[in-house]
Amino acid sequence: MDAINALVVLANFVLIPAVTYGSQLALGALGVTLIYGILRFSNFAHGDTMAFGTMTTILFTWWFQSMGISFGPLPTALLALPFGIAGTALLLLGTDRVVYKFYRAQKAAPVILVIVSMGVMFIMNGLVRFIIGPDDQNFLDGERFIISARDFKTLTGLSEGLALKTSQVITVVTAIIVVALLFWFLQKTRTGKSMRAYSDNEDLALLSGINPERVVAVTWILVAALATVAGVLYGLDKSFKPFTYFQLLLPIFASAIVGGLGNPLGAIAGGFVIAFSEVTVTYAFKKVLKYLMPESLEPSGLVQLMSTDYKFAVSFAILIIVLLFKPTGLFKGQSV
Amino acid sequence: MAFLIGDGMTGGYGAGPDILHDCTIAVDKGEIAVIVGPNGAGKSTAMKAVFGMLNIHTGAVRLDGEDITSLSPQARVAKGMGFVPQTHNIFTSMTVEENLEMGAFLRRDEIADTMAQVYDLFPILKEKRMQPAGELSGGQRQQVAVGRALMTQPKVLMLDEPTAGVSPIVMDELFDRIIEVARAGITILMVEQNARQALEIADKGYVLVQGRNRFSDTGKALMADPEVRRSFLGG
Repeated sequence: MDAINALVVLANFVLIPAVTYGSQLALGALGVTLIYGILRFSNFAHGDTMAFGTMTTILFTWWFQSMGISFGPLPTALLALPFGIAGTALLLLGTDRVVYKFYRAQKAAPVILVIVSMGVMFIMNGLVRFIIGPDDQNFLDGERFIISARDFKTLTGLSEGLALKTSQVITVVTAIIVVALLFWFLQKTRTGKSMRAYSDNEDLALLSGINPERVVAVTWILVAALATVAGVLYGLDKSFKPFTYFQLLLPIFASAIVGGLGNPLGAIAGGFVIAFSEVTVTYAFKKVLKYLMPESLEPSGLVQLMSTDYKFAVSFAILIIVLLFKPTGLFKGQSV
Repeated sequence: MAFLIGDGMTGGYGAGPDILHDCTIAVDKGEIAVIVGPNGAGKSTAMKAVFGMLNIHTGAVRLDGEDITSLSPQARVAKGMGFVPQTHNIFTSMTVEENLEMGAFLRRDEIADTMAQVYDLFPILKEKRMQPAGELSGGQRQQVAVGRALMTQPKVLMLDEPTAGVSPIVMDELFDRIIEVARAGITILMVEQNARQALEIADKGYVLVQGRNRFSDTGKALMADPEVRRSFLGG
C-alpha cells in the first residue's frame, strides 16, 4: 500500500506535470528546429511568437465567451485556436516579407539573422504587451478536472490523491495529434518532402525546381501553428503572462539543441529530457520517500535538490552535459 | 547544327575576372561530348556557363536552336536540361526513392514509368530505394545523382566529373551506364578528370587550357593525336 501511495504521489507531482510540460516544450522546440533546419538561423523571437499566438487566441476566446459560445466541458480556447494560428501566420508571413526576405536576398550569415530575430523579438514583445498588457491572464474555462484529488481518494481508498487536470490531458492529446500531423506532412506530402529537400541541400533543391519562397512561406505557417498551439497549451495549463513566455525561450532552445538542432524527432525527445530533469531536480521528494523508507530513516529535510527558482539552471546544465558528449545533440542534428 | 552549343563564351564568376575566353562547347543530339584538360583549365566553369550558373558577357548558349543565354538554371531545367553537380549532388537525409521524386518535382504527370526506367538502368537503387541516400557508397550515390537528374526526362544530361572519387571498377560501370543513357537518345555533356577513358566513349572531345579551346575533335581523333597524348594523356 505504501508503495502505491508513493507511486501516486510521484505521478501527481512529477510524472504527469513533466509529461505535460515536456509536450509543451516539444511543440515549442519543433518550431525552433524547423526554422533552424529550413531557414538556417536560431529564431530568438520564438518565445514571443508563442506569446502573440496565445494572445490572439485569448482575444478570440473572450469574444466567443461574450457571444455565449462555449465548447462544453472543454476550454473555449480550443475553438479560438485556429483563429489564433491564422493571426500568427499572418504576422510571421508579414515579418518575413518586411524583415527576413531582405536578409535572405543578401544571403546574410546565420549570425546576422540571429541578431535580426532578436530585434523582431523585442518588437513582438512590445506588441503583445501593448495589446493585452503585461499582467497574468487566466483564460481556462470548462471542466477543470477530469479526476480531482478528493475523488481519487474516495474512489481508491488511498491516502494520497491523484489529480488529473483537463488541461494536462488536452495538452498531451493535442501534442500527439499535432506531432503526428507534422510528421505525416513532412514525410508523405509533396510540399513536406520539398521542405526536407530544401533543408538538406538548398542548391540541389533549386536545381530540382523547388521554389524557395514557397518553402519559406509554408515553414512560417507551420511555425505559427506550432508556436500558437504550444503557447495556448502552456497558458491553459499554467497561465498567460508575456514575460513568462519570453523566458520559455531558454528551456525551448535547450530542448531543441539537446535533441539535435534541425532534427524534429530530437526536438521532441529534447523537450521531455528537459522537462523531466527540471521537474525532478526541483521536486521535494520527502513525501515520496516517506512511504518508501522505514520510519526511523524518514528524511527530515525536503529532499529537494534545487529550489524551483533555479529551474532554468537545470536546462543549461543538461544542455552542457549533453553537448560535451554529443556535440550535435542526442539525435543527429546539424552542426553549427 | 549542334543540339546544344555554348558559342564563344567569355565570362567569369560574379564581378571577378574572366575565366572563359571565347570558349565553344557543342554537342549533337544523342551524342556524348567530353570536356577534358589540366586542373584549373575551366572545365567545370565551361559546363556551368552552359547551364547558366555564371554570367557570360560575350557569346551565347543555344538549345535546339533556341537562345537560352538569359535563362536561369532552374528555367533551363524546365527546358529539358539535367545537371549533376560534382559534389553535394544528392539529398543525403532522404531515401533513394525520395531523391528521385524530388528530381521530378517540376513534373505534374505520372512519374512511375520514369522511375522504373531509372531502376532498370541502376538495379542496385531499386534494392536500396527505402534507404537514406547518405548511407550509400560513393558509386551508388553517383547513380542516385544521375538518376535524380534523369527524372525530369531531360533532353540533355550534363555531368560534372561523375567518376570523381570512385574506384576504377565502379568508374567503368558508370561509364557503361552513361553510354546506355546516351543510346536512349539523351544528349550528354560531361567534364572528366579521367581523360583517357572519357575520350574513348566520347563522340566529341574538347581539350581546354586556361579557359580556351585548345583542341576540339572527335574522341578517337584526339586519342590518336600525338600532341594531345603527350600533353594531356600521359604519353
